[in-house]
Amino acid sequence: MGSTPKPVVALVVAAVALVAAAALGLMLGASSVSLPELAAWLTGGELSATARNILENVRVPRVLAALLSGAALAVSGALIQASLDNPLASPNIIGVNSGAGLFVLLAASLVPGALWLAPVAAFAGALVAALAIFGLSLGTGASRLTVVLAGIAITTVFGAGMNTILIVDPDAYVGSSTFLVGGLSGVLMRDVGWPAAYIAVGLAAALVGAPKLNILALGDEAAHGLGLNVGALRLVMLAAAAVLAGAAVSFAGLLGFVGLVVPHLVRFFVGHDNRWVVPVSAVAGAAFVAGCDLLARVLFAPYELPVGILMAFIGGPFFIYLILKNKGGGLD
Amino acid sequence: MTEPNAEPACEPVAAAPTSPGAMGPDGAVPSPAVPAVEYRDVAFSYRPRRPFIAGLCATVEAGAVTSIVGPNGCGKSTLVKLASGLLRPASGSVAVKGRDVGALSARERARLMAVLAQSARTPPMTVEALVACGRHPHQGLGGRLSPADRAAVEAAMERAGVARFRAHDVRRLSGGERQRAFLAMTLAQDTDLIVLDEPTTYLDINACHDLMALVRDLNRREGKTVAMVIHDIDLALRYSDRLIVMQKGNVTAQGPTGAVLASGAVGDAFAMDICRHDRDGDGFAGEPRDPRSAECGYVLYPREVPREE
Repeated sequence: MGSTPKPVVALVVAAVALVAAAALGLMLGASSVSLPELAAWLTGGELSATARNILENVRVPRVLAALLSGAALAVSGALIQASLDNPLASPNIIGVNSGAGLFVLLAASLVPGALWLAPVAAFAGALVAALAIFGLSLGTGASRLTVVLAGIAITTVFGAGMNTILIVDPDAYVGSSTFLVGGLSGVLMRDVGWPAAYIAVGLAAALVGAPKLNILALGDEAAHGLGLNVGALRLVMLAAAAVLAGAAVSFAGLLGFVGLVVPHLVRFFVGHDNRWVVPVSAVAGAAFVAGCDLLARVLFAPYELPVGILMAFIGGPFFIYLILKNKGGGLD
Repeated sequence: MTEPNAEPACEPVAAAPTSPGAMGPDGAVPSPAVPAVEYRDVAFSYRPRRPFIAGLCATVEAGAVTSIVGPNGCGKSTLVKLASGLLRPASGSVAVKGRDVGALSARERARLMAVLAQSARTPPMTVEALVACGRHPHQGLGGRLSPADRAAVEAAMERAGVARFRAHDVRRLSGGERQRAFLAMTLAQDTDLIVLDEPTTYLDINACHDLMALVRDLNRREGKTVAMVIHDIDLALRYSDRLIVMQKGNVTAQGPTGAVLASGAVGDAFAMDICRHDRDGDGFAGEPRDPRSAECGYVLYPREVPREE
């Protein structure tokens, strides 16, 4: 006995992976920065102007964006899965990401150049989608699979909206093709500032709500009997999920499947206690996106894949695996 | 038989000789023994213009084990949900310990009554984590267990006999052990009133009796008030002090178990004749006995046998 509890091990492993992915992400790319140079930059030492320029203007914003979007989307997925009690739900599956995407493009088209507007619009769009799904699952007692199908329908409609905007107003969003699949190339520090504040708020709300989500796992009636305000908790947690996903989408585009894959992987190692699932998902999600973005940059160098494409290659099969795994029970 | 007759369904409860705990005429001044749950002239319906329950009066006496019996769809679980505040009456009032359920906050309510819901899902947790959920209404925002919470969880696990399963996944327990774990959760809630909605469903006969014996013991030793919805007539008669009989949204009888049984209301609700059978050879209908005694059992005869096609 006396062994360290599994969740702690998982948290440490995820944190190490995060640091490794971030360091490699800062070093590798079209022109490399060496480890001594990185160390020098971190400690305020001497390094060449070129290396400094690459780090500060390209790599740091990019790695920061990867870490933030990864943490936000993974926790958003964990919250959505717990509050809808649906293992298949995640921000991209139920249309939260595309809701955010549509509103970001709409804002960019109507009010060009308003940086602060992107995360607000993204949050609004994400919330619209989340509430639509919430209303559906609440009012009709729809099965888990029905909720997913409805999410696909919502995603389709929002996707059509995004394409309409981009055809009518092609200059609305620079780099729209990367935005639509989710990617981090060309992210600037000023794109990340406001969303980072939103993500901090969302993560705090998720950590506070986590113990209550454990109670919700007993079912609505039992949770009610234990003095939980079931409806209010669901609403607040879905709003937090919308804040997180919206903020991430506002600078990373429609990055899919992080919110699906990461919480499931985390639960596999730490169990279902949301007091662990939420923080470990945040760290693991950050490491996951930073690592994938790194791979997307170096796999086909000098060509670069938007990280969202790599995610889709991983996430699609994983989604099918989840469907097959849950086929026996629980989806209806 | 010394017991008084079963109280008619919806006579004002105060008129019945066995109910000293009725509220004053204005409903505000509780007399010495406040009923654990009191339904006064309650109306409720699930669908508009289809009244389901109307003018219902019923009392769950404090300090007793009360069973709510009746055929499927008669409104037993509705009665539970009205008490737990999950459903609101269209008119009339439901009071727990003299306080209107609708006026209580979720936490206040959960400190007055613990409900073992029929639809409680078996969560992916250890027994200890499940029992700790019972402390939710007593905890602060962070969800951390205080030493007092830990002690309550420990005591509840010991009391329900699940302490040795503490590290087991609830999903891997047998049906009987699982219900005990859930009962331990409601005990950790530390309320005077425990409401059990069909606690013995899916349990084998021994597990049923084990659970009911535990319920009886909780009532006798710790003075817990227990109200339960139960389908098994034998269990209901054997382990309850009082019965509430329901039929199509109405309470057709309520009162001490022996009196309600003698009134024939239980049999009427199911269209069954209920006959007591004594173990010691005399066969049916000897001297009246305590219905809880292990020396007698109940045999149910259908009044009409469904015809075979």
